[in-house]
Amino acid sequence: MKYIKTLNKNKLNDNISIKGCGECQTSCQSACKTSCTVGNQKCEQK
Amino acid sequence: MIHVFNIKELYFAVDTNSGLVHAVDKIIYDLLMNERFKDENKYSELYDEYDENSVKEAISEIQYLIDNNMLYTEDIKYENKIQPVIKAMCLNMTHDCNLRCEYCFASQGTYNGEKAFLSFETGKKAFDYLVKNSGNRRNLEVDFFGGEPLMNFETIKKLVDYGRSLEKEYNKHFRFTVTTNGLLLDEEKMDYINENMDNVVLSIDGRKETNDRMRKTINGKGSYDLIIDNYKKFINKRGNKDYFVRGTFTSNNLDFSEDVRHMRELGFDKISVEPVVAKMEEKYALKEEHADILKKEYEKLAEYYIESNNDKNKRFEFFHFNIELDGGPCIYKRSAGCGAGTEYVAVTPSGELYPCHQFVGNEEFIIGNVEEGITNRTIADKFKNVSVNDKPACRDCWAKYFCSGGCHANAYNFNKDLNIPYDVGCELERKRVECSIYIKTVRFYVNN
Repeated sequence: MKYIKTLNKNKLNDNISIKGCGECQTSCQSACKTSCTVGNQKCEQK
Repeated sequence: MIHVFNIKELYFAVDTNSGLVHAVDKIIYDLLMNERFKDENKYSELYDEYDENSVKEAISEIQYLIDNNMLYTEDIKYENKIQPVIKAMCLNMTHDCNLRCEYCFASQGTYNGEKAFLSFETGKKAFDYLVKNSGNRRNLEVDFFGGEPLMNFETIKKLVDYGRSLEKEYNKHFRFTVTTNGLLLDEEKMDYINENMDNVVLSIDGRKETNDRMRKTINGKGSYDLIIDNYKKFINKRGNKDYFVRGTFTSNNLDFSEDVRHMRELGFDKISVEPVVAKMEEKYALKEEHADILKKEYEKLAEYYIESNNDKNKRFEFFHFNIELDGGPCIYKRSAGCGAGTEYVAVTPSGELYPCHQFVGNEEFIIGNVEEGITNRTIADKFKNVSVNDKPACRDCWAKYFCSGGCHANAYNFNKDLNIPYDVGCELERKRVECSIYIKTVRFYVNN
């Protein structure tokens, strides 16, 4: 691609049948306690 | 759904449903804007700026992404498979505080009620409730919160021991956090916390004048001078373990990037500064009129962040600029919301359960107690159907899978409805996501 660089390799909609273990951190419990954000959390399976 | 934006000289296209982020040349940005690439009458307008061959070549790249489900990806069809079990708990160790912060959502620690300390017995029942209601989930999170939790330090120690004793029996792992204002942080507590707490949140708003305007002692004086040396000492002893210095910004410090800078210059390298959660009538609340100023402030902070992180001695982490493009949560997690009332509860000293710490004191939100568990299903169920695809404002938002729907307390405070998010909060969240992508891209170009 000459004009486009895709920054991530994995898609959210890939392999959704094997995801959803629920072991990840609860969003609000991480650092913020006021503003829910999940995009900055890690998946426990990775 | 896609979102195109630019910051400075960099241009982006985010594909909401695949989560893919494309750094693009301006020609692609111009073609995607208003979907010009779909209509020759529209894209031919660009021939003044780009030659025709380049425009057609760029359109073919856009088409390649579309054909390969990387742009304009269809909605994801899924059924929520995460069983809602309680896996995180905010334990209010005290309803009392040794500070009198003006913006305190907990009404200076008492949550509009009587001063109270959580007993070991109530804490034990809370832990028992947590392990028994967490299903197959192994990792459990407990935040010792308040009021000021270190006022009840001996009970924290007993509860940590009790939690560890439950781990083997129930095959669980507790992750403990303490959130403190730092006033009682002496050497003994520092050592204990460093040994036993997975994370520590140290409250400070930034510059002395910012901090002291809101974070006051019982006598009405500023608290900055009383905590700052404790924090520096604590961080020096903390090693590589997690912590955050965490501040709140209000309409009084719209230039909050200066507070972040101040904290970095003091030597702190894990910083979180967050917008206040407040009722609209409070004079320090953040309102629509502040949104543009704050968005510029996030961009200013992003520049400072990039500049600092180019130098290994100045590097730091800003909580809201962390973004996981590949190692982040799955779609189930991203759509489910913060988990308040479904996988996260707050416990008061008298053993009541609330959906989260932000609702404590508003008795209509009591959902149960540590002995009987969740008993008020009418309220608890309201927190079940608040995923990003349940809420109209979220459903059509490009950032929904980065944000997960925003803070329910904010939604309730401003709109009296859990399903209508606080729009200023949304605007700021979208800006934070844009800035995080911008920062990631600058790094990408530096490394490649």
